[in-house]
Amino acid sequence: MDMEASKKKLGLKERYNHLTRGLGWETTYQPMEKVFPYTRYEGIKIHDWDKWEDPFRLTMDAYWKYQGEKEKKLYAIIDAFAQNNGHLGVSDARYINTLKLFIQGVSPLEYMAHRGFAHVGRQFDGVSARIACQMQSVDELRHAQTQMHTVSNYNKYYNGMHSWRHWHDRVWYLSVPKSFFDDAMSAGPFEFVVAISFAFEYVLTNLLFVPFMSGAAYNGDMATVTFGFSAQSDESRHMTLGLEIIKFILEQDPGNVPIVQRWLDKWFWRGYKVLTLVSMMMDYMLPKKVMSWKEAWEIYGEQNGGALFNDLARYGIRKPKGWEQASIEKDHLSHQAWSTFYNYGAAALFHTWTPTDGEKDWLSAKYPDTFDKLYRPRFEHWEQQAKEGKRFYNGTLPMLCTTCQIPMFFTEPTDPTKICYRESDYKGDKYHFCSDHCKDIFDYEPEKYVQSWLPVHQIYQGNCFNPGVDPTVPGFDPLRAVLDYYHTNFGRDNFDFEGSEDQKNFARWHGDDAGGA
Amino acid sequence: MHIDLKTVKIDPLRQTFANVADRIGSDKPASRYQEATLGLQPDANFHYRPTWDPAHELFDPARTAIGMKDWYAFKDPRQFYYANWTMTRARQQDAMESNFDFVESRGLAASLPEDLKSTALHLLLPLRHVAWGANMNNFSICAYGYGTAITAPSSFHAMDQLGIAQYLTRLGLLLAGPESLDIAKQAWLKLPEWQGLRSYIEDSFVLKDWFMLFTVQNFVLDGLLYPLVYDRIVDDHLAMRNGSAVAMLTAFMTEWYEETAKWVDAQIKTAAAESTANRDLLSEWTRTWRERAVSSLVPVVTGALGEQAQVASDEVLGQFNSRAAKLGLSV
Ligand SMILES: [Fe+2]
Ligand SMILES: [Fe+2]
Repeated sequence: MDMEASKKKLGLKERYNHLTRGLGWETTYQPMEKVFPYTRYEGIKIHDWDKWEDPFRLTMDAYWKYQGEKEKKLYAIIDAFAQNNGHLGVSDARYINTLKLFIQGVSPLEYMAHRGFAHVGRQFDGVSARIACQMQSVDELRHAQTQMHTVSNYNKYYNGMHSWRHWHDRVWYLSVPKSFFDDAMSAGPFEFVVAISFAFEYVLTNLLFVPFMSGAAYNGDMATVTFGFSAQSDESRHMTLGLEIIKFILEQDPGNVPIVQRWLDKWFWRGYKVLTLVSMMMDYMLPKKVMSWKEAWEIYGEQNGGALFNDLARYGIRKPKGWEQASIEKDHLSHQAWSTFYNYGAAALFHTWTPTDGEKDWLSAKYPDTFDKLYRPRFEHWEQQAKEGKRFYNGTLPMLCTTCQIPMFFTEPTDPTKICYRESDYKGDKYHFCSDHCKDIFDYEPEKYVQSWLPVHQIYQGNCFNPGVDPTVPGFDPLRAVLDYYHTNFGRDNFDFEGSEDQKNFARWHGDDAGGA
Repeated sequence: MHIDLKTVKIDPLRQTFANVADRIGSDKPASRYQEATLGLQPDANFHYRPTWDPAHELFDPARTAIGMKDWYAFKDPRQFYYANWTMTRARQQDAMESNFDFVESRGLAASLPEDLKSTALHLLLPLRHVAWGANMNNFSICAYGYGTAITAPSSFHAMDQLGIAQYLTRLGLLLAGPESLDIAKQAWLKLPEWQGLRSYIEDSFVLKDWFMLFTVQNFVLDGLLYPLVYDRIVDDHLAMRNGSAVAMLTAFMTEWYEETAKWVDAQIKTAAAESTANRDLLSEWTRTWRERAVSSLVPVVTGALGEQAQVASDEVLGQFNSRAAKLGLSV
């Protein structure tokens, strides 16, 4: 009878504790420091893992049920999309280039998140923290796989997606997202979760997800919208986890505060730099615009992020260094980025173009202080050249920032007509940076960043040619040789949108070509 | 002019992504399993060595002594990717929910003979810690393993083990209430009959070779524990003595073991078939850990089987040995 009574009284929280943290135990045949060997070297002190508050009390039975339902709905739509040639319903074939950027640059990070959370989901000493990370690990695998399945249909009909895996590990601009995640994963477990769960998922994710998913919605890409929304409910769990992690670490020991602050400075800047690619996607690549990068930064960065850091002030945390510079750059970022890709359009594995007149007017309206003065003339000049049959392609290679690996095209915060160069000396070598903040990151951990696999350096060192290629033969075309090494379908994956196979096929399948049906 | 885009017949330019086509040929469409799996993991030009393991790259085939020409030779006979894994488990969970409801609503817990209930609780509840250990080990395999073909199913396997630990916990809560879980944990930590198994698991936590860990956990330990505990004791011994309520509450484990053993077998078989060196390693690991597993399990099942414990373990061991031999190991 007593047993019966105690069963009734078992509260939800207590029950959940039995189903999770009750499973763990203090090991004695092997010392705990050997069972969890990686959680002590970063300097973070955790006194009591039981203080971890489970942000969502999800047991496996409920997890399978919810996720199974979501998958059933999602795949029904992916199937229907494929059967009905859904890809022909998008606004304009230029839109498809945003999906190329997505599968080349973002989906591989979903996969890395899966493995990274598996690692911390094994390594954290606290059972509840491990379970939360484990669920995120399989969620991230879900994201990677549903993205493969969604984009697969586009890949059948359009270029620039077929070799995303090979490209992500090699192509010059893709080392920006790749090095970002490699950086987080090669750090200790606490830095990893501060970087990914908090700085990226919590602070910056709206600047990545909202633009891609609303961009898809505005441009008639229902398949992408569906996986986006379906992933959104996972994302909100991940964001809650991010907030719990940061509060937990900060509350455990005052000595953790300066360590976390330095990580926030670093990871805000690392994440923000990756979003450079998103800024140009929003302002230049979406045929139907959602909002400008500047507006997105104002809402999701300045307003929401500002409120968040006010909230964290009670722990002694301030806004990341670099926050102000991001606000100064909001008028320039996308224009400088797209100009660079337009330049290197022969070596980019998606199409580039100059904005239409209507788009230029939209940019003038959204960027009244900078577009007409600094950037419109550039695009008009290139447009004129293209009309004369001299579409400009830059045949050289840009210098890369050693930290963020973006070409050094950013201008001085105080002078938009002057490229910003910073440098450091380390063990007899000189390293170059795009900004003060990238230089700071390097200077704090030079032994890490000297390892960077910088694509342009690698090309000049001869490491990016196929076996057997001889760069000394007369008439050797290095760009072409590098593109072969990239497994590019030369002339189909690269160059201007105008005249591309994508453009022609999309028109033909619509019955738009001259003299057609 | 109106064109019905849905009926336009257009020929695809290609069937699938290059990382998939490289392995299945470019002339046919890929299955969902293939597109979700083949070549998914990065394998070149990692930027920085992990600060937690500077001797290796982030993903590094040298983290195991097992060698493979192609790490995607590992196949999952169930063809699981996230969606069909989670939908399969959701269906099983539905069935388990009805089982729990049935046992609860019919008062079957109360009508279990006391000695039988006690036998079941003493045996099963400490096993929730064993399942939790298996969860940790499979996340190690996922994190430090090489190639999505084996690492992705390992993460499913790990989550399944968490599910099993939670079913066992619910069984304890339903049959006896929360104190029974505390008692079982004390048994796990202190009682002599559990110490062999606990030291086996704690020693497995510190293994650095992830394929050895796969062998030690998924092949050897579970390959002996599940048949012994769930087939021999729960489904036979207890069920014959009016304990079928217990079998209902562990139905998932029986079904799950049958399903996942096929996956485990496929991995061992593929690795063993690759080279003599692999086969020798796998055989040696299996022999070493098998002895430990059996001698740890006999005291655990003695409470239920009494003198029959040794005989039952010998039989299960015999079956395990022929399973190993069929996979190409010399044990
Ligand atoms: Fe994700
Ligand atoms: Fe930089």
